[in-house]
Amino acid sequence: MESLRIPILKIENVLIASIQVALHDASAVQFKDDLLQRIYDTKARGLIVDLTAVDVVDSFIGRLISDIAAMAGLMGTRVVITGLQPAVAITLVELGLELPHVLTALNLEKGLAMLRRQVEESGDGAG
Amino acid sequence: MAQGKVAAIRSDLDIVIARTMARDTAKALGFGAIDQARIATAVSELARNIYLYAGTGSVSVREIERSGRKGIEIICEDQGPGISSIDLVMQDGYSTSRGMGMGLPGAKRLMDEFEIRSIEGQGTTITSRKWRT
Repeated sequence: MESLRIPILKIENVLIASIQVALHDASAVQFKDDLLQRIYDTKARGLIVDLTAVDVVDSFIGRLISDIAAMAGLMGTRVVITGLQPAVAITLVELGLELPHVLTALNLEKGLAMLRRQVEESGDGAG
Repeated sequence: MAQGKVAAIRSDLDIVIARTMARDTAKALGFGAIDQARIATAVSELARNIYLYAGTGSVSVREIERSGRKGIEIICEDQGPGISSIDLVMQDGYSTSRGMGMGLPGAKRLMDEFEIRSIEGQGTTITSRKWRT
């Protein structure tokens, strides 16, 4: 089966990945592995995962997002999730998945600003 | 529309196919965007349950009507090992696999009606319905 890879872009010290397709489980796990490897290779200080085009986040993808944030955090990289649609936010809370430890922002622009502030506060924004 | 649609569940790709089928059907029946997301997410959880615990099964979706109200009915069937304790699997956080234990109770919260019939060693049928507001 062909594997479906999500492009991961780098702008200065931030990685940006925008999910534009419906991820099945195997491609979602591949995405997590790719992200962590890119963080390691690029020494990025921040990561934005943009979900603007995602219309279903079930418990599997919800867990994956929590895992990505926790794992990237262990590597010293801040993660912000952006662009959650209203219907997705509602179903996540009703499902019982409030992603308590995940930073979120309304859109990519606000997410980038949030990351810049966080990286500056931690005093190593020059990376 | 009256005869409904069926998706076979054999792989994780079929989970996406089943939830897309459910969303498209819900949209055609006049459900709003948020209910479409609830229905698609519930089907995703139920189809994944089939894939994880039974390996194969099916998800069928059809239009229903009761006392003048229209709705959608989703029937998920498998011939897997069955559920030994339905009370246990309906508890938040209970899981025997790598999931978060949100699958069945989460799906129930997203739908209006939710019934599990399961016989150990023979399989499980979960019937859920959502009514159009």
